[in-house]
Amino acid sequence: MFGSGLLKGLGVTIKHIAETYIDDGKDSPSRYENSIDLGNGRKIIRQSMDQEGLLTIQYPEERRLLPERFRYIPMLIWDTEKNEDRCTACGICAKVCPPQCIWIVRDSDDAGKPITRPAEFYIDISVCMSCSFCAEFCPFDAIKMNHDFELAVYDRYPNLIYDKAELTVPVEYYATLWPVQYEQEETVRHQKEEEDKRKAEEKARKAAEKKAAAEADKSADKPKRSSEEIQALKERAAAAAKAKQSDGADAKKARLEELKRKAAERAKQRRENDE
Amino acid sequence: MSDEATMVAEEAPAVEHSLNDAVPGAIIGEWAEETEKALFVAPDKLLPLLRHLKENEAYDYLSSLTCTDYLSYGGKKRGGISERFDVVYHLFSTANKGGSLNLHVRVPEGDTVDSATSIYPGANLQESEVYDLYGIHFAGHPNLRRVLTWDGFHGHPMRKDWKEAYFEEDAKPFRSRHPKGGYQWQEDKLPWGKNATYPPEWDPETWEKPISYVPVSQAPHHKPGDIDTDSLVINFGPHHPSTHGVFRMLTRVEGETIIALEPEMGYLHRNHEKIGERNTWLMNMPFTDRLDYINSMSNNWAYALAVEKLAGIEVPERAEYIRVIMAEFSRTLNHMWGIGFILNDLGALQTPAQYAIEEREMILDLFEEVSGARLMCNYMRFGGVVRDLTPGWVERARYLANERLPRALDMLDRLLSDNEIVRGRGYGVGYLPPEDLIALSISGPMLRAAGIKYDVRKAEPYGIYDRFEFDIPTLSDGDIYARYYIRLLEAREAVRILQQALRDIPGGEVQGAPAYASATLDQGFGTIMGGKGGYTLRPPEGEVYHRVEAPKGELGFYLVSDGKANPFRYHVRSPSFINLNGLGPMSVGYKVADAVVILGAIDIVLGEVDR
Repeated sequence: MFGSGLLKGLGVTIKHIAETYIDDGKDSPSRYENSIDLGNGRKIIRQSMDQEGLLTIQYPEERRLLPERFRYIPMLIWDTEKNEDRCTACGICAKVCPPQCIWIVRDSDDAGKPITRPAEFYIDISVCMSCSFCAEFCPFDAIKMNHDFELAVYDRYPNLIYDKAELTVPVEYYATLWPVQYEQEETVRHQKEEEDKRKAEEKARKAAEKKAAAEADKSADKPKRSSEEIQALKERAAAAAKAKQSDGADAKKARLEELKRKAAERAKQRRENDE
Repeated sequence: MSDEATMVAEEAPAVEHSLNDAVPGAIIGEWAEETEKALFVAPDKLLPLLRHLKENEAYDYLSSLTCTDYLSYGGKKRGGISERFDVVYHLFSTANKGGSLNLHVRVPEGDTVDSATSIYPGANLQESEVYDLYGIHFAGHPNLRRVLTWDGFHGHPMRKDWKEAYFEEDAKPFRSRHPKGGYQWQEDKLPWGKNATYPPEWDPETWEKPISYVPVSQAPHHKPGDIDTDSLVINFGPHHPSTHGVFRMLTRVEGETIIALEPEMGYLHRNHEKIGERNTWLMNMPFTDRLDYINSMSNNWAYALAVEKLAGIEVPERAEYIRVIMAEFSRTLNHMWGIGFILNDLGALQTPAQYAIEEREMILDLFEEVSGARLMCNYMRFGGVVRDLTPGWVERARYLANERLPRALDMLDRLLSDNEIVRGRGYGVGYLPPEDLIALSISGPMLRAAGIKYDVRKAEPYGIYDRFEFDIPTLSDGDIYARYYIRLLEAREAVRILQQALRDIPGGEVQGAPAYASATLDQGFGTIMGGKGGYTLRPPEGEVYHRVEAPKGELGFYLVSDGKANPFRYHVRSPSFINLNGLGPMSVGYKVADAVVILGAIDIVLGEVDR
């Protein structure tokens, strides 16, 4: 019958409308199932595969829950434990970057000798193509992909050239965004560290043995240091170690404070923006 | 490896080859030591040879026609080539299936080649492209013009000695931004306006774009006594919603009937291939995402396969399954999207497209979960995929493949297939006979909608497609309706492959079988290159052409390696671009409104057309 195809098609649309609006009329529509309520009508939606009807998410109040592997712009990891950049300025990320948007200036020590630390680190995010090669090929887990995608600014320069300060995030931030991968990396790292430690101990033990043997040979004819001398040496070493330790602790504390302050500031700004 | 190539280049005595019996003196050499066997053809014997191959040897399909500039070849094998350019033809047989016949014609600079368009009309756009990018003239081409760049463009960008306005360096990684630091925009070094050069004797002030394209430029001749009507030239686009992007259809109409139509593209041209030749082999992977941005998974796979063939890299079992699953999900979503937009072009604005896109969202969620991006997946690597699937992914994918997608396809079928308007608008519109489609090098669903059972997955199986049970659906009508319906049928077959692949996929992600690491070079992290620290691949010298059945048609990559870290030649045989060969012939005789649907049913993506 002419027109039956049209009617059949209309049946499909009516079903779709019904699915959408009946569901929408409920107190808690099915599309909000499993969602995280942030209050104020703001939600993080976890869309399920069997969602029927209209799938619209009311951005920006409602957002999708991003999967762990979501990648947008790279970020640099600050190791809060060791209180240093994980980056060693090796430049692999810059070399492997397809649009060549990374450039690094290597830091140097007081004598002007280059050291394994970046003095400056830039990413031109207007050029970055979010391929995540930098994160994939970094041998030190120092560069990872951020989930933050709301980066619009008014001017390309300098706002879209991210420098080291803008790129750096504490490792805890990375651990929150990429929990699974972080766990895997930490496991590998611990294994490696233990292996290194074991090796170092082995080496030290062997060296000590050798030394002892050598010493045993020589002890006969070598004059010993006086006990005062040994005491003085020990004291000096202890003082140096203590100074170093307290220095490190202070710097770490300062850095943590700084990070906390920054985070608080950002949160405050966000609150202000929201109001 | 021998210096056969150099020896051959000097004199042109016919070598021993069976084709020389049919066309004496045609084959003057071969690259036997190459990855793929290549035959050298005497330039003056090209047309007789092609005619013989088409008529007597059933090589009826000219898949790819491209060119290589051997000016700065860094390898040893072909170092002694005396002619600068090498025009490459890849012929296939739709009747006999199987592999390709590779023909090379060497051309000194400034010389002309006979155009293959008289035998394979499908060479039309491809020869224009070679002319545009390499400056090689094809004698006898009906409409040789710059297709991708414009008339005021100075030089031929794919030549090795051509440098663009903001040229930095010949090959990546660049040194210029690192390690000196400080930032300088390339365009500040050479501001726009001072970097533009025009061809000699060409003045931008006085130039007006002529409508010189044959046959649009030719007004029909009316005999005395006819009703005196005027034909009009109408521009569809470049900014027109029906053109699916920035694309122009230059049409000559009489009343509402189209009497000539010429596609005009290149608005998004970015010289993808030149970028590709500057990139390292790996860097091209995310760039392939940007070709057909609806199906980045298929593009990734095609490029990975080509490089794997060139470098002899094996792929582990689980990765093979993952690749098939991704490609078939991609095909399903492309065909749904395609159906939605054919209906958009028919005037059923947004409803069918909306329903199709809802299902697509679910597939994109799956893509995002494994690769980190919905469109620009960048998921495949040489020797595998970048990461294994996430826990629970297979279950979700199974739900889609076994329940949701079949239901959605049935829903689209119910919504559209019996619709009287779809039938009325679709039946008999845009018809071209099957032999014309093959001659025009058209590929993909359009061929199958005209009854030609040709699918690269069956004709020349790649990956693990020979393990799955699936049909190649064909329809006999070759019109718009058939092109709509074939996509629905193909999506169903894709879902069928998905069901089998998801059932058979080996290794659980929890059991942690060494499932996705490369079989040949185990560097961890899943791929041959993904090993921490190792980022440079140097495939052995040689050339390769690999094609896959992408959702839009036959997607091929032609690669030449000179053993260096960057591809010497990187060519994309893009289905969208070459399928446009058929747009003119298909549209002539139909109404203006039909041209919109005919274009929609070719299913082009401008990222791939313009490259």
